[in-house]
Amino acid sequence: MADPVYRAAPVEALRVERLGELTAIFDRRSMQTHLVVSPLPEILEAMSGEACNAALLAARLAASFDLPDAAETRAILGERLRELASLGLVEPA
Amino acid sequence: MRHSTRIAVGPVQFRIGSDWRAPVAALERLYAAYPQDAARPADATVRLFAARPWRRWLRPSVQIGGDFVVPDALPLPLSMGLLAAEMGMNLQVALGWRRHLLLHASAVARDGRSVLMSGVSGSGKSTLAALLGEGDWRLMGDEFTLIDPASGDALAFPRAVSLKNEAIAEMAARVDATRLGPLLAGTPKGDICHLIPRADAVAAMHEPARPALLLFPRFGGATAIERLGEGEAFVRLTEASTNYTALGEAGFEALTRLVRAVPAFGISYPDSAAGLALVEQLWAEAER
Amino acid sequence: MSAVGTFVDLLAGRRDAAMLTPRDWDGVIGVARAEAMLATLAHQLKGAALPAPVAALLADQRAAAEVATQQALWEAEMARRALASERIEFVLLKGTAYAAAGLSCAEGRQIGDLDILVPAHDIGRAENELLEAGWEWVKSDPYDDAYYREHMHELPPLIHKARDRMIDVHHTILPQTHRTTPDPLALVADAAMTESGFAVLAPADMACHCAAHLLADGDLQGGLRNLWDFHCLTRDFAAVDPGFWGRLDARAAKHGLRAVVHRAARLARDLYASELPEGWGRSNPRDRWFRRRLLARDDWGHASDFALQQAFYIRSHWLRMPPLLLARHLWTKWRKRAAG
Repeated sequence: MADPVYRAAPVEALRVERLGELTAIFDRRSMQTHLVVSPLPEILEAMSGEACNAALLAARLAASFDLPDAAETRAILGERLRELASLGLVEPA
Repeated sequence: MRHSTRIAVGPVQFRIGSDWRAPVAALERLYAAYPQDAARPADATVRLFAARPWRRWLRPSVQIGGDFVVPDALPLPLSMGLLAAEMGMNLQVALGWRRHLLLHASAVARDGRSVLMSGVSGSGKSTLAALLGEGDWRLMGDEFTLIDPASGDALAFPRAVSLKNEAIAEMAARVDATRLGPLLAGTPKGDICHLIPRADAVAAMHEPARPALLLFPRFGGATAIERLGEGEAFVRLTEASTNYTALGEAGFEALTRLVRAVPAFGISYPDSAAGLALVEQLWAEAER
Repeated sequence: MSAVGTFVDLLAGRRDAAMLTPRDWDGVIGVARAEAMLATLAHQLKGAALPAPVAALLADQRAAAEVATQQALWEAEMARRALASERIEFVLLKGTAYAAAGLSCAEGRQIGDLDILVPAHDIGRAENELLEAGWEWVKSDPYDDAYYREHMHELPPLIHKARDRMIDVHHTILPQTHRTTPDPLALVADAAMTESGFAVLAPADMACHCAAHLLADGDLQGGLRNLWDFHCLTRDFAAVDPGFWGRLDARAAKHGLRAVVHRAARLARDLYASELPEGWGRSNPRDRWFRRRLLARDDWGHASDFALQQAFYIRSHWLRMPPLLLARHLWTKWRKRAAG
């Protein structure tokens, strides 16, 4: 399956505030507020402003999280990346 | 326009024009004791006008106009002109005000600290605020509360309280009849009667009060208290604000600060007495 | 003096804001709000000596306009992302283009829908990509839909389902039923790039489109705003390019918009004190009706002169459609209303 590469928003474009279980992300480019739950904030952090696909992302996240098997993780992360792209928080590189 | 008046509520200066004398006269009676400053230009304009010239006399009906209008809004009969004026004023604030974060919430204050009560119409937020405002609280407003993005303080918008249905008799039993407006029976929102806030509430309308308690009341059902997390309160308040998205990062900052600084609860109550007791109880706990 | 007259004088710099009375301000603020130009006025009066409540209100408007402009530019960015995978090129039009290019008329300017120009041969692909990226049709009426596609200069409007904002995809800048037909290929071929990476019309084309939008495209609703755009665009372009007015004249002739552009220039001179070069100022007695229509607003911000508005409304349809088509369109509209 294709594993497209995405680029995350530049760090200074986002203002991220944890509010209990939710994370509020204010995007200064769109002036939109996104309310998200794990693992979206962690994904954005792991992408840290660089181009990244699901496989690379899985490798980075594996350093700090216990992840299920690699294929499943990649599929889930691919789905999350598409969601983030529809919010404009990441864009196809 | 043929008839007009000027009213200042909290930080907003209105001018209201009308094709008829009656709505203006009714407003002038309700707002007679509010401060007047003729040198101050109006921030917002409301127009009450006849949709067709003959509608000034023939089955007169009041169209609500102004800086901001709702497309396809139905006109009201002239007997409900006061309600038309109130709706017009609310609309200008809801859609036009940009200086503060606007919350669809009532508020009362004590010792410079405030309780904000947010809810849809029918939640009882207006009645609770009116009742508290007759006790040892200062009524800040029954409909809108403004949050100053710079300081985080709540600012009052103490318009004449819009009492609906059962709340009318409940308040009429407690206050002097001179503080009540005319009964508007059978409006699209039910029976309506306006209550003039107490003189101390009007005199203090420019005094900010630091938010100390955030409540989401729900009238009906058994007494219950539910603690709400910061995220939940944030979501509910974005839904209760008409200008959150228009304020950009200033709105985001004001709201995150508010939900972090202030404990939030959903409350249910079967009657006003139980509601008032809940507010006092949670206030006492928040003070500790 | 009427409030709308004072408002126009303030924009033109003919009147000192410090001399206005509180009641003058009531009317000026009301009219400016009705024209959706309060933030534009706020930018014009930045730094002027103003009564404190007016200064505070205008500061609010500037801050809110900055947020709104950013939101409008984001729509352009999202359209770019949606069309990028198929490499469909597009040109930003109107308010979003002015903001993307950093032009002075964009300061405080309200931006409604996102307007883009896509070459006619790419329209179908653009439509597909936008639908895939979350935009959906606003209208569901088959007559209106067919009408738009066959006779207008744009796709039926699309709205984004999550962001709730509209996009108008044009393939030319005037309705195809219009008697004059600007050359869309020339518009796209000569487009300029902004620093932010968006294509916008070349200066002369941009001014032509602005004049067409003001005078040939509608019933002069929002005319004061569009005329202000024209005034700022021509002033700024002429300031950096001494040959601009000559280029504008030639380009207007190419698009069949010479009369329209010249009238816009005269109206901008009459209302906003635009400085016109020689050969542009010949007065035309019919301009008077246009001035009256542009200034038809009472001191409460209410549109006045109902008969004149109707006359311009009918004129706008007359301009857009050949008479037979006009009759059919109005008949269908009327029948629908009578039925509903």
